[in-house]
Amino acid sequence: MDTGDTAWMLASTALVMLMVPGLAFFYGGMVRAKSVLNIMMMVMYALAITTVVWFLWGYSGAFGDDVGGGLLGGGESLGLKNITLETLSGTHPTYIFVVFQMLFCVVTIGLVAGAIADRAKFSAWMLFVPLWVTFVYVPVAHWVFAFDGDTTKGGWIANQLGAFDFAGGTAVEVNSGMSALALALIVGRRVGWRKEPFRPHNLPAVLLGAGLLWFGWYGFNAGSALAANGTAALALINTTGTATASVLGWMAVEIIRDKRATSFGAASGAIAGLVAATPSCGTVSPLGSLLVGLVAGVVCAWAIGVKYRLGYDDSLDVVGVHFVGGVVGMVMIGLLATQANVENLGFGSAGLFYGGGLTQMGKQLVAVVAVMVFAFAVTWVIAKLIDMTIGFRIDEEIEVSGIDQAEHLETAYDNIGGGSLQTGA
Amino acid sequence: MKLVTAVIKPHKWEDVREALGAAGIAGMTVTEASGHGQQKGHTEVYRGAEYEVTLVPKIRFEVVVDDADAESVVATIASAARTGKIGDGKVWVSPVESVVRVRTGETDESAL
Amino acid sequence: MKLVTAVIKPHKWEDVREALAAAGVAGMTVTEASGYGQQKGHTEVYRGAEYDVSLVPKIRLEVVVDDGDVESVVSTISAAAQTGKIGDGKVWVVPVDSVVRVRTGETDESAI
Repeated sequence: MDTGDTAWMLASTALVMLMVPGLAFFYGGMVRAKSVLNIMMMVMYALAITTVVWFLWGYSGAFGDDVGGGLLGGGESLGLKNITLETLSGTHPTYIFVVFQMLFCVVTIGLVAGAIADRAKFSAWMLFVPLWVTFVYVPVAHWVFAFDGDTTKGGWIANQLGAFDFAGGTAVEVNSGMSALALALIVGRRVGWRKEPFRPHNLPAVLLGAGLLWFGWYGFNAGSALAANGTAALALINTTGTATASVLGWMAVEIIRDKRATSFGAASGAIAGLVAATPSCGTVSPLGSLLVGLVAGVVCAWAIGVKYRLGYDDSLDVVGVHFVGGVVGMVMIGLLATQANVENLGFGSAGLFYGGGLTQMGKQLVAVVAVMVFAFAVTWVIAKLIDMTIGFRIDEEIEVSGIDQAEHLETAYDNIGGGSLQTGA
Repeated sequence: MKLVTAVIKPHKWEDVREALGAAGIAGMTVTEASGHGQQKGHTEVYRGAEYEVTLVPKIRFEVVVDDADAESVVATIASAARTGKIGDGKVWVSPVESVVRVRTGETDESAL
Repeated sequence: MKLVTAVIKPHKWEDVREALAAAGVAGMTVTEASGYGQQKGHTEVYRGAEYDVSLVPKIRLEVVVDDGDVESVVSTISAAAQTGKIGDGKVWVVPVDSVVRVRTGETDESAI
């Protein structure tokens, strides 16, 4: 056990946890005042139930010894048996690794909630989360995060394919984006979508949430080095470059298109950059990270408009920011992975601009498509089953009068009139 | 001249605004209000303690119109705001003795 | 007795309050309201989607006065609130059948 690595992993785990309330605020500020508590509860509940599922069978299914084809882990760690406070994952205690990885799952399912804000029955969500974790996240986490060990075998994307995905551009970002799309299509559009202005009710909360997410993301990305070393440092500097350049990229799109840069746009740009950094922070150079960020900011700023053209109500832009940002990050690796960083990781080829040809690019695309299709299809099936049995969507009356009050017997703010009129005040 | 006042459900505001716009009414004053009528309020629970919240959010708006227009404005508002469920609200009319347009000082009919 | 209602621009409220105090009118009810009239609202952009926010913040004030004071109260308010630009608002007068001062139970003229 290395005390430096262990200390860093303990800290990283706490940082990733901070992303959970960060996400709650980021999303909470974006919805209307009458539905802010519901989205925060969806996230809070996801944290709670995922822990139970993860301890019981999720960790084992994701990180257990592969049972065949690099598709799923085995049962040797069910209930975290066979793990003690002395068991190590690499150079730090396994107990830390269990929680660190669990929080990645929580962030992912938390993101998915954003697609169906304001209109999902809480009971349906309560049922959906453990099923989704078990049948969607656990297999994908095994594919992407479980590397072959001395005596154990891991997942196929990490090992047989050899795609680069440092902290989960596929397992977290593409996964959440496509799962969100499937859910949004099944649950349907909000009443009044596109006709009434559903403006964010608390932009300062959105900005606070974005800041907390950014801070926590340092643990998410740099912690994925699983050690306190130069790789973690590379992830840190690349995450910074990508996030900041993405803010500028998004602002540029707004200035050109709308003549003004908005605070909501800047916050969204930061998140889009952090998303693109997630897979790429371990393989690009710092200058390369600026380019990744710029592309992410510009492409995502444009991508969020697609839902209006295609007619799906992705309330909080999980598809436009997380799916698209994740794809940008994965693809840019195929262009910008440097030889030195590739050698540091010990597998794979450099990107197109560094003499590696299109070999790596091909692997990146295979990983993206595999996760995309799997996440969408399985989420669709789970959501459809729930919709056909207990129903996923709340009554129109409730959606209009306020989901917080109906589903949680609470009102977020003490206003006469309930803040129901969205004015210029 | 008449003052038409309407208290309606918040989510019907856009429909009423559009209907009045189509009928040529461009100006009105809108306020958040709370209603308490046949519509029951709701119960909230905080750390296990129940509270009856009897006030239900409404929108109130007021518009001063010519005598001749009052009836049709009332009908336009009432039908645009209707959902058929309890809590739809009320519309009423009061006589107005004088009106001034603050910007120009115009009075009465020229102020509408 | 009459109810004088004025809907004015929020930043003119202090001027109106001072002018009314100087004219001996000390009490009134003030509410935040939104106006929708000839004054265009503004456009806001959220994640690339444009929204017309047509409601413009206003202040509504209401004061019950003696019949004899109505004309001067109306012109005091309207002069103090005027900026000459679109959106200045309106002042109107409605008859009041009865008034009660809640603290003492006094009615009508003694309650004003």
